[in-house]
Amino acid sequence: MEGVVTYENDLNLKATELRLGLPGTERNQEQAVSCARNNKRPLPETGDQNGGAKAKSDAPNTPPAPKAHTVGWPPIRSYRKNSLQQPKQTAAESSVMYVKVSMDGAPYLRKIDLKVYQGYPELLKALENMFKFTIGEYSEREGYKGSEYAPTYEDKDGDWMLVGDVPWEMFMSSCKRLRIMKGSEARGLGCGV
Amino acid sequence: MNYFPDEVLEHVFDFVTSHRDRNSLSQVCKSWYRIESSSRQKVFIGNCYAISPERVIERFPGLKSITLKGKPHFADFNLVPNDWGGFVYPWIEAFARNRVGLEELQLKRMVVSDESLELLSRCFPNFKSLVLVSCEGFTTDGLAAIAANCRFLRELDLQENEVEDHRGHWLGCFPDSCTSLTSLNFACLKGDINLGVLERLVARSPNLRSLRLNRAVPLDTLQKILMQSPQLLDLGVGSYVNDPDSEIYSKLVTAIQKCESVRSLSGFLDVAPHCLPAFHSICPNLTSLNLSYAPGIHGSELTKLIHHCRKLQRLWILDCIGDKGLEVVASTCKDLQELRVFPSDPYVGNAAVTEEGLVAISSGCPKLNSILYFCQQMTNAALITVAKNCPNFTRFRLCILDPTKPDAVTMQPLDEGFGAIVHSCRGLRRLSLSGLLTDQVFLYIGMYAEQLEMLSIAFAGDSDKGMQYVLNGCKKLRKLEIMDCPFGNGALLMDVGKYETMRSLWMSSCEVTLGGCKTLAKLMPRLNVEIMNENELADFSADHTPKVNKMYLYRTLVGRRKDAPEYVCTL
Repeated sequence: MEGVVTYENDLNLKATELRLGLPGTERNQEQAVSCARNNKRPLPETGDQNGGAKAKSDAPNTPPAPKAHTVGWPPIRSYRKNSLQQPKQTAAESSVMYVKVSMDGAPYLRKIDLKVYQGYPELLKALENMFKFTIGEYSEREGYKGSEYAPTYEDKDGDWMLVGDVPWEMFMSSCKRLRIMKGSEARGLGCGV
Repeated sequence: MNYFPDEVLEHVFDFVTSHRDRNSLSQVCKSWYRIESSSRQKVFIGNCYAISPERVIERFPGLKSITLKGKPHFADFNLVPNDWGGFVYPWIEAFARNRVGLEELQLKRMVVSDESLELLSRCFPNFKSLVLVSCEGFTTDGLAAIAANCRFLRELDLQENEVEDHRGHWLGCFPDSCTSLTSLNFACLKGDINLGVLERLVARSPNLRSLRLNRAVPLDTLQKILMQSPQLLDLGVGSYVNDPDSEIYSKLVTAIQKCESVRSLSGFLDVAPHCLPAFHSICPNLTSLNLSYAPGIHGSELTKLIHHCRKLQRLWILDCIGDKGLEVVASTCKDLQELRVFPSDPYVGNAAVTEEGLVAISSGCPKLNSILYFCQQMTNAALITVAKNCPNFTRFRLCILDPTKPDAVTMQPLDEGFGAIVHSCRGLRRLSLSGLLTDQVFLYIGMYAEQLEMLSIAFAGDSDKGMQYVLNGCKKLRKLEIMDCPFGNGALLMDVGKYETMRSLWMSSCEVTLGGCKTLAKLMPRLNVEIMNENELADFSADHTPKVNKMYLYRTLVGRRKDAPEYVCTL
């Protein structure tokens, strides 16, 4: 490839080139020092050196290609970039969602952040740990079998619902507070009606 | 040559509206020049430093409407430091001094001070229309002056400007007697506004056709406004957060159903997506939809919305639509002409669309002629397919977020793919390249892109030959902008006369040296060759080897500008 000789020369230049940053660090995000050639060339050659392995821009012996931190790249208007960074204000998009959790018989309530959990199993485990109890196996027909407790939540309409019936996302958007019911009340909820 | 009296020629010229055609008319002969110049009302100045306001006024005494563009295009991407230039004040001041009957002013990438806006509002009694695109330098106080003093204002259109918001009172400066508004766009303002004032303004503007609200306007105000203005053609929703079960929401649904004329929809700057079905009733009428500032709309809510938009001609969207979502667009929007897909997370450098989405669109939407596509990866095969499916592209801008990424499948440069685009799309006027590219792609561009007027290049090419192919081959080239390419003095100086046929050339982080630029400046006195050195010491007496960080050259009839900041040197 005709570029090879020049490429090797460029490597030498690069070693002696004055740049920002400590020696050995990758190309700094700062200035558009003309390292363009150094960044572009290696891709096909590195592929050969690796014996045909797919050359990726993050292969260990390839200088990193200019990424999103290069000034002027990607070519998006700053107005647009800034507006995408806006703190998201809708409830659906906010990063925390604290709800009160009450346990029948407990002296005080707790609060948990629902956004921390990826799904029901994690949430239920966290509740078990928090209040030191065991929740039974969930089944659609019988609710939580094998324990005195049933996790419930109050939805937007003010009704008390059994945790686990609806998809997680829907639960997240309608749950206002949690209550761990105990005893006969709990068993009443679990029975199919 | 003059078989007709001047008035007849003037009357004929009235039918010629495009500024390019009028420029052609004026070159036919001296008397046509005279008649055309004295009758032209609408003037387009693509580079505010190419000419002076005094000369414009002298040539076009009937001037009523002017478009001015200031900073180079790459200023949009932070490549041009602040206070580089592009000030509108001298223009407004000159117009005022010469009693120009200015009625319309459209500015792009210019610095607009509050003083300029105040002067504008006081000196032109018939002023009707102000359109500011990507401008900066003003606050809501300037807008207050416009609102208060322009008695016949029809249009106030603020697109993507950086405005310092002093909170709200400007809207109240429209007097009660102001009933002439046809277009009001303040979506880019970040601050609160007085909602009651807004509602009353809309209520007394029966001719309002275009209204774009900012984030501070909530859903219940929107509902009241829509009840007042069912005749709207263009609507930009501000904040759209509410409970779909509430009474306000059902009132909104009713209000929207009455808006049978809405053809263009945008905004949703804050959005609760489960409220979107309210808009399904007007979707079938939409020809233009811009959801590129609504990251909250994605997934099934987005596809449901698009399913209803069968007449869409223009779609601006975020890449969270994904390839699958683009397939929905391809199967629904058969009239689509323009598509823009923006990255929702530009900092991370991951886009959610690939070549598959682009191919899907090209095969489903044969009328497609304009595209801006930010994507994760591309292949030559995909580009070749797209070129075959859509030979009508006039604007083709592809941005692979990793700018030197090769063909994702073959690991080859993307020369062949872009070559296919320029070969197939004979009417291509604007092109932006990205991905791994060698000199070969420029050979293709020089050979086939006969109508190309604007070319943007970054991290591409191997040698001077690349740039030379383009300068040699593209006879209609007007704007060339290059960053981080290995093009040097050999390319720059190959055909110096070419630059007088172009509006401008931008080169940053290339191989061009100070010596080369000086040579060019000496050979071509009617070019301004500006060098920007913000970081290096401005040591111009040194020998000629230092490479130039940023060079911007443009043709001009008025010599070097007097408002350049310290770090800009005109050679």
